[in-house]
Amino acid sequence: MVFNDERGIEMSYTFALVGNPNSGKTTMFNEITGNTQYVGNWPGVTVEKKEGKARRFKDDISIIDLPGIYSLSPYTMEEIIARDYIVDEKPDVIINIVDASNIERNLYLTTQLIELGIPVVVALNMIDVVNLRHDKIDIEKLEEGFGVSVLVASASKGLGVTEVVEKALELAKSATVKKSELSHRIFDNEVEDSLKKVKELVNMLANKSGYSARWLALKLLEEDIKLKEKLDVSEVMMSDIKKLGQELENKYDNDIETIIADNRYRFISGVIAKAVSRKSKGNTLTMSDKIDKVVTNRILAIPIFLLVMLSIFQVSFGSIGSYTIDWLDVFINKTISGFLTSLLEAGGAADWLKALIIDGILAGMGSMLVFVPQIMIVFFFLSLLEDSGYMARAAFVMDRVLRKLGLSGKSFIPMLMGFGCSVPAVMAARTLENEKDRRLTIILTPFMSCGARLPVYALFAAAFFAKNQGVVIFSIYILGILIAVLSGIFLKRFILKGEVAPFVMELPPYRIPTLKGLSIHMLDRGKGFVKKAGTVIFAASVIIWFLQTFSFTFQMVENPADSIMGGVGRLISFVFAPLGFNDWRASVALLTGVVAKEVVVSTLGILSGVGEISEGSAELAIALQTYFTPLKAYAFMAFTLLYMPCVAAFGAIKREMNSWKWTLFTVGYQTGTAWLVAFLIYQVGKVMGLG
Amino acid sequence: MKTLKELKPGEIAVIKSVTGEGIVKRRLMDMGVTRGTEVLVRKVAPLGDPIEVNIRGYELTFRKSEAENIIIE
Ligand SMILES: Nc1nc2c(ncn2[C@@H]2O[C@H](COP(=O)(O)OP(=O)(O)OP(=O)(O)O)[C@@H](O)[C@H]2O)c(=O)[nH]1
Ligand SMILES: [Mg+2]
Repeated sequence: MVFNDERGIEMSYTFALVGNPNSGKTTMFNEITGNTQYVGNWPGVTVEKKEGKARRFKDDISIIDLPGIYSLSPYTMEEIIARDYIVDEKPDVIINIVDASNIERNLYLTTQLIELGIPVVVALNMIDVVNLRHDKIDIEKLEEGFGVSVLVASASKGLGVTEVVEKALELAKSATVKKSELSHRIFDNEVEDSLKKVKELVNMLANKSGYSARWLALKLLEEDIKLKEKLDVSEVMMSDIKKLGQELENKYDNDIETIIADNRYRFISGVIAKAVSRKSKGNTLTMSDKIDKVVTNRILAIPIFLLVMLSIFQVSFGSIGSYTIDWLDVFINKTISGFLTSLLEAGGAADWLKALIIDGILAGMGSMLVFVPQIMIVFFFLSLLEDSGYMARAAFVMDRVLRKLGLSGKSFIPMLMGFGCSVPAVMAARTLENEKDRRLTIILTPFMSCGARLPVYALFAAAFFAKNQGVVIFSIYILGILIAVLSGIFLKRFILKGEVAPFVMELPPYRIPTLKGLSIHMLDRGKGFVKKAGTVIFAASVIIWFLQTFSFTFQMVENPADSIMGGVGRLISFVFAPLGFNDWRASVALLTGVVAKEVVVSTLGILSGVGEISEGSAELAIALQTYFTPLKAYAFMAFTLLYMPCVAAFGAIKREMNSWKWTLFTVGYQTGTAWLVAFLIYQVGKVMGLG
Repeated sequence: MKTLKELKPGEIAVIKSVTGEGIVKRRLMDMGVTRGTEVLVRKVAPLGDPIEVNIRGYELTFRKSEAENIIIE
């Protein structure tokens, strides 16, 4: 707590949202703070700590959104982030988000949180689902059982949110923190007795470290190795504690972790029996089960998955998609371009300035911007998958396949996210249990074609495969998946050897995606691309224009081939010659594509002088036909798909790998693979007489 | 000794104990797979593994190799 004011009137507080994965923490966070952090219907959406300010309150309240945890004994990277925050940073109040429709398992974490000595308020979220089922929860009985305040809420409907924060504020302000003695009820007398003894042993340590003695005692009794190392607990003390643990184990004829977990769940069952009355038996067939009967059907599951993906691309690149393109194309390349030209002419602008604006910036940004609606359509469908609960089912269906690569079904989620953007996808790999699987997933995820690569395919498919754009683009996506599979087998066999990853995961119920949620996702992503166009691509366009306008002696050139860019392009084009795209413009475009993959399109747009022709992407297509054949175009698309991801993704890979060696290996492997695959496509295609 | 692996979809059993070691066991217990709890085997994935069970009112999935470590009454 920070006292801002001498009289203590205005203060700042920190409240942390803590709860099981998928219980609605981020939805609550967005509701309290007005943020638009990522929400999705699968466990493990949030993988890092996020901070926001509560609106509508006099006091300065920071709200912390954390990754979900099932217990305070974390295994995966994002869970460790959450636990470390809770126990080390000590928020003023823990707002424990409990999914009321899955109350038993959610309260398991609550039994641990009340031991920490930090005030806890329970927000019984998703109460709408409980009401819909006509189940009844007696709040007073719950409060009595756990010794904490319980409030009902529905974050997605915005109900009870303010009350939760007010309650937390009240707790934070009441100077005396009421230590919850009720947590003593959780365990059998035998366990309590041993705990008391351990507590005496660790009292000093608790004072020194600032942890609650009870919590520390329990953790050490459970032999939490990470904590033991962190506090540098002496071997003597540890062996004393171990002895007490062994006594317990003998008494129960079971191991200590099982004893404690059993005790906790037994306590919960006791409270639940009094507080919850169910109309429905938990395991009757629900709507989710009916949907699952089809979606995870033995025969239909995989065809359905492929069909879903194919229809996404058919819609995006079929009539709806091309309609938006045509419309935007005319708008940007005729209306705006014409307007700007006349404006510049009327203002008597110098020729070079006119060229910079029309041929550089407008051509560069415009050739990419026309594809934003298509990208948004793809994101719309991806959000549909994410919000409905399909992601977790996909993991369930694909686990068997991924096990062949030594991975688990969980790796499928980052990969699916990779179809959106590689950056969050690479981070989503944090949910994987072991380091090798995480590394492997990070290497493979960028092979899933992200939204930014779409403009490249869209451009080439329209120019060279006008009749079956959807299918051609779909085949590129399939190629990415195929390469990921082969790479997985190869890397697991030779480089990232290790045991098969475990697979334990909860399957959330299907939820009908809300229009609000879907449009937030879609607009957020669309905004991202427009912002990128206004910043990164704007800057890149200016630079590219300069480099293609001036020679090495800084003279303006007539023919771009004589420019700096032309020189660089010719210098490196030998690398790409065996792949069929030896024209210097293609080489340069790939080089600039590292900045952001859409820049490939911008570069080609500028180099083809689209702005000047002001006929838009149709004209660009014609220009491309002068130095590409369909076969070369396909090899070019494959290369764009596979080679090293953009700078932003590179940064994410570096952060997540936390090692230069692995980062360079990753991008090296990807670029090498890209070269090899494009080479094979071109050479085999040539032999087959395709072009 | 009967394990959860032997159950067919639609069958219900009560958990007697969870054997095995390490993080998977711990995780299963954290997720409510503890002694005395009722489980219903919901279904098997299209390719034969993993399985989906209903426990404590929610759906949980794990592999058959994990199911083998769950002893039932
Ligand atoms: N019916 C209903 N659904 C909700 C409610 N709150 C959240 N949801 C949905 O629950 C799902 C999970 O929400 P998130 O906010 O992403 O959950 P989280 O706790 O942040 O999840 P992780 O980040 O994975 O730990 C989403 O599909 C939400 O739309 C609610 O009060 N009622
Ligand atoms: Mg979240």
